[in-house]
Amino acid sequence: MPGITREEVAHLARLSRLELKAEELDHFAEQLDVIIGAVARVSDVADEDVPPTSHPLPLTNVMRPDEVRPSLTPEEALSGAPAQEQQRFKVPQILGED
Amino acid sequence: MTVTELVSYEEALATYEPVMGLEVHVELGTKTKMFCGCSTELGAEPNSQTCPTCLGMPGSLPVVNAVGVESAVKIGLALHCEIAEWCRFARKNYFYPDMPKNFQTSQYDEPIAFNGYLDVQLEDGEVFRVEIERAHMEEDTGKSTHVGGATGRIHGASHSLLDYNRAGIPLIEIVTKPITGAGERAPEVAKAYVAELRELIKALGVSEARMEMGQMRCDVNLSLMPKGAEKFGTRSETKNVNSLRSVERAARFEIQRHAAVLSSGGTILQETRHFHEEDGSTTSGRIKEEAEDYRYFPEPDLVPVAPSREWVEELRATLPELPRVRRNRLREEWGVSEHDMQSILNAGAVDLIVATIEAGADAASARKWWMGELARRANEAGTDLAALEITPGQVARVCALVAEGSLNDKLARQVIEGVLAGEGDPDEVVDKRGLKVVSDEGALGTAVDEAIAANAAVADKIRAGKVAAAGALVGAVMKATRGQADAARVRELILEKLGVEG
Repeated sequence: MPGITREEVAHLARLSRLELKAEELDHFAEQLDVIIGAVARVSDVADEDVPPTSHPLPLTNVMRPDEVRPSLTPEEALSGAPAQEQQRFKVPQILGED
Repeated sequence: MTVTELVSYEEALATYEPVMGLEVHVELGTKTKMFCGCSTELGAEPNSQTCPTCLGMPGSLPVVNAVGVESAVKIGLALHCEIAEWCRFARKNYFYPDMPKNFQTSQYDEPIAFNGYLDVQLEDGEVFRVEIERAHMEEDTGKSTHVGGATGRIHGASHSLLDYNRAGIPLIEIVTKPITGAGERAPEVAKAYVAELRELIKALGVSEARMEMGQMRCDVNLSLMPKGAEKFGTRSETKNVNSLRSVERAARFEIQRHAAVLSSGGTILQETRHFHEEDGSTTSGRIKEEAEDYRYFPEPDLVPVAPSREWVEELRATLPELPRVRRNRLREEWGVSEHDMQSILNAGAVDLIVATIEAGADAASARKWWMGELARRANEAGTDLAALEITPGQVARVCALVAEGSLNDKLARQVIEGVLAGEGDPDEVVDKRGLKVVSDEGALGTAVDEAIAANAAVADKIRAGKVAAAGALVGAVMKATRGQADAARVRELILEKLGVEG
């Protein structure tokens, strides 16, 4: 029986940088378990002859020619940045002291 | 950080067998990024080549660069890989500010090319086959600058600055199968593999593959197992080893370090290591706290890539001669040794010599000038041969002037000097500097007569059959004509006048 445990939800939350409280973990673990169970029922009807799909459109090889198109200006690119310095996106410390 | 006493290389190899895996990232030379039309031109202002797609803005949609896919197929074919009939992109999820999307668009279990090999030739001519696991398409990350730390490194930095011009530039990652059986030659094989791959990429015209510019980067995975064992040991992954020499040194260092840890009863940590150019050592990077968990899943915003067999065969037909095969062919045509050919390759002179021959020079002369006088001048100037201000056509003209007797080697060197100094084509330099072999037979005859008269004793010896003594008279004539005579013609004249058969 597919499903998801509270520990797995906590792990995914950490990977996704989501801070969840204990009661939120309980709550989401239960909800996600129900959702996964519902989606898993697709497997019941999909037989060997039904390949898994990652895309609803029956298309392949959609490509564009290697031609330069205008970019945003640096001002436009940085307009939504919470912080900037030297025309670059400024981000908080990545690693703490060793 | 603990300092490990290294075991000598010989001692390490007496007990252990190295196993390597090499991952090489090649930045393609496309005009635009892999999934958007932003320019890939180097040296642009920070964040001037970005758009909603490569900045990961909500609602933006990627579209694959056709030349990126074509380049990937060409690389796969040149590596004797199978080309997938149908494959997808996947999202590799991770949180790090070098990718504003919080994932890298890559390929996971469906690489576009797989199961190939590359034969590499070691310096003594031995050929070693390196098997290729896969080559897949992905995108480069942005460039981080760490601020506030003492050394500009990420440790101790107060914050970091990101330029996303590079984010999204097409990359092809080429992964080898475990390389076993190389023994003590493992570091040499690693270097030769990366060198051969670089030549191949350049020959395909898909990238300039300049390692010093970061257009080609190598990660060296290495483990040791006791000789005769079948189960591989734990590996370390030395990241971003960015020159051919460094690839060899990193492999060698890791062999010695692993051997030291293992023979003292320790265990190797599976970790990322950093290579240090200054002393050729590696140090521990981050130890992975938890197993990598990238939660790969098929990229829903891109449709599958399904290269038709016709297209693949069309591309196969356009592949150039493989660099190793070409080098061996040229080596035979030019009649040079393996060692000389290696020197020519290392000097970056192969294509220049080929072009000089195509412009009419004979192989020996073309090679002589590029590997002699021109290599010396490039070395003095601290530049590459290709960067010298002289074209293969001009070198071929110098060769022709020497061959027809208008110039001797000494004068030819002055002509080359003139061309390099921007005085014009070889013929212009000859005119301007008045560098012409004295071919006026009358003037030359007089000079020869004078030399004979001034060296009567030598002349007698020659008359008596000691032809080798003619060198002294040739020298005298060359001196009298300030080097502007054709030495071979002078020698002929001397022997003629003295009635001796050359």
